[in-house]
Amino acid sequence: MRSKDLRSIPMAPALIPADEDPVAIAEQRARIDQVIVDCQKRKGSTMLILNQLQSELGHISRPMQNYIADKLGVPLKDVYGVVTFYSFFTMKPRGKHVVRVCMGTACHVRGAAKILDRLVEKLEVKPGETSPDRQVTLETVNCVGACALGPVVVADNAYSGQMNVAKADRLLKSLNLGQDAGKK
Amino acid sequence: MKIENFSQLEEYRAKLDAARDPNQPTVTICGGTGCRAYGSEQVVAAARENLTEDQAHVRMTGCHGFCEKGPLVVVQPEGLFYARVQPKDIPEIVETTIKHGKVVERLSYVHPTTGEKIAHERDIPFYARQTRLLLNQNGHLDPTSIDEYIALGGYKSYAKALALTGDQIIEELIKSGLRGRGGAGFPTGIKWRTAKTEIERLKKLDPKYPGGFVACNADEGDPGAYMDRSLMEGNPHRVIEGMMIGAYAVGASRGYVYIRAEYPLAVHHLAMALDQAREMGLLGENILGTGFNFDIEIRLGAGAFVCGEETALLASIEGKRGEPRPRPPFPAISGLWAQPTVLNNVKSWASSTIILDKGAEWYAKIGTEKSKGTMIFSLVGTVSNTGLVEVPMGITLRELIFGIGGGIPNGKKFKAAQIGGPSGGCIPEQHLDTPIDYESLTSLGAIVGSGGLVVANEDTCMVDLARYFMNFVQEESCGKCVPCRIGTLRLLELLEKICAGQGEDGDIEKLERLSKFVNQGSLCALGQTAPNPVLTTLRYFRKEYEQHIYDHVCAAKVCKGLLSYRIIDTCTGCMVCARNCPAKAITGEKLKLHKIDPNLCERCGVCASVCKFNAIAIDTGQVWVNPKALQHA
Repeated sequence: MRSKDLRSIPMAPALIPADEDPVAIAEQRARIDQVIVDCQKRKGSTMLILNQLQSELGHISRPMQNYIADKLGVPLKDVYGVVTFYSFFTMKPRGKHVVRVCMGTACHVRGAAKILDRLVEKLEVKPGETSPDRQVTLETVNCVGACALGPVVVADNAYSGQMNVAKADRLLKSLNLGQDAGKK
Repeated sequence: MKIENFSQLEEYRAKLDAARDPNQPTVTICGGTGCRAYGSEQVVAAARENLTEDQAHVRMTGCHGFCEKGPLVVVQPEGLFYARVQPKDIPEIVETTIKHGKVVERLSYVHPTTGEKIAHERDIPFYARQTRLLLNQNGHLDPTSIDEYIALGGYKSYAKALALTGDQIIEELIKSGLRGRGGAGFPTGIKWRTAKTEIERLKKLDPKYPGGFVACNADEGDPGAYMDRSLMEGNPHRVIEGMMIGAYAVGASRGYVYIRAEYPLAVHHLAMALDQAREMGLLGENILGTGFNFDIEIRLGAGAFVCGEETALLASIEGKRGEPRPRPPFPAISGLWAQPTVLNNVKSWASSTIILDKGAEWYAKIGTEKSKGTMIFSLVGTVSNTGLVEVPMGITLRELIFGIGGGIPNGKKFKAAQIGGPSGGCIPEQHLDTPIDYESLTSLGAIVGSGGLVVANEDTCMVDLARYFMNFVQEESCGKCVPCRIGTLRLLELLEKICAGQGEDGDIEKLERLSKFVNQGSLCALGQTAPNPVLTTLRYFRKEYEQHIYDHVCAAKVCKGLLSYRIIDTCTGCMVCARNCPAKAITGEKLKLHKIDPNLCERCGVCASVCKFNAIAIDTGQVWVNPKALQHA
């Protein structure tokens, strides 16, 4: 996403302090332990554990990586390396809503870049980042496999096809997001 | 219920078949991701509410393929086709079609050029010209029910295979001429034989050796391709059956399906299908009393395109970074955890069930001399009928795009067909009559690839398209080898420079030289094929590059750095553009001609997309430098 200059929007600040990390919260740590126990015996368990925790807890923070590496008895680089390699794993928590814009070829030739520009402008969030109030994360994906519907936006796992600028605005409104959020 | 031997499976099938009345009125509703996005789940709910089981059976099936017209409803046994059906249309369908046997004409398919209404699915050109071997059951069965699959002849090939020896199965596969459907086109039977020989060797060394692995490559990362998704969502048992046959043939004891996390519905259906097969004893220990043990596990990807490359995929299943490694050794000799592993694409596995069912000779009659069988293409982009099409190898692109696809909508002109994703190439008008097979596409500079076929019309800038793919490959490059990691970045920078109107004399030659280097020096197929989009656009659309560099013209009006916007006198002064302009560059009063300030305008194009009076003219031929970009540089 470089079609518009995005650098004028400030970077999101660090989102959670150490005492709010999943490792510091007993309940969530118990869940991490459980996932590790469940997956540990299967071959190639690192990916299984990370996939499960990413979808349950929304991110895999640095303290979590240390914790998992310790429990598995592997060097930290085997966990950190995997987390940073795959785009699905994030180290920062995602927002309450996740809006994903498909940038696949079929969406591209039907004008996905314009949709993304509009969402960036309305949400004031760069692709790949979360708004400071943690309401929304804007992401781009390379193909969601709904190419016949392009351009596609997936908001909180619901697909919206054949998007245009007006539909994008309506979508944000229905999620109560963007510049007009809260204004009645 | 557990099935213990062959005759029990046949008895069970006969029982299901007897219970299935082929003449029972059935409303089948597409439940593929595309139709779900259009609200087909609500249509199913409405149908269930309005119909009793006596009147008609309601079935939510897998993807029918004609995604353009979703949600799709087909009323069987007549095969009446209804497009864009909404829940409120259901009572009318019940009243007219189910109760009185008539057609609801307003929902019928309308031929885009003749305007004729076509009532039956089989008569619609989109379907009539296809040869559906892999997708044929998608519209007829509920993917969440193993019984429906068995009733339609499911697991027949598996039972047949278990009665043969591994060598006989492999012989059949080699005779059929099936080549890897993931894109590279390596003969599937030869791959299986290599793995089998290696597994036998290891068994001789260690009698307790449990066997090798089979794996299914369902990491369909190519943007523009979604047939694997559709197959797994709509007919998961067929994919599983293929893997079972392969495992038995080569002597594997365990299977893995590596599937993208972006496909939640496919994962769900596949997991359900595996549970059902396990429950019936088709997976597990001593399958159908033959002493064969086998089970399959699902592994999720995590959004890395490179994991579609076989050695990277295997590394990812092992829980590591998905980085490719040099071959040989090939995975058939040393794959997962250094054991012999047969890794095939979803379509290749599914095709093996058809070959065993119908016989190699029957299969080999379809297609061309060197490329046998059918291929699924996802026909997308700017084409009238978007969707999944399954056609015999050797069909021409023209037939595919203008026959089945119905041509280019809105009176626009065809420009190029981008085939094979980021590893493929753009094929121009003059080569549309080339028959599609592995060899001919390679000679044109493209590849069959996974079968993504994106149609681009005159509004697509080929330089921008090359830039788009290079951006994609650059982001997805795993970074292990230098030619791909740095080479693609330099290629991208050159393309961005040209798109911004800053291209110089000699840039085209630089692109060519660098492309050759990246192609020859990269470790895996991702890097080796990365320059293909650049090379094919240079080969067929060199003039566009030259226009960008020397004349500062982007004829398709895509590259922002070469555009300027102005308002012409069809403007009614409605103020819509001024209100929507994010840069506040438009001034004007109500009912008076508006004006765009070229210094404030950011070339975003919002004004043109909101204007109802075609009053925004876009000019090209001058370089515009984004002042904001300079400010931050």
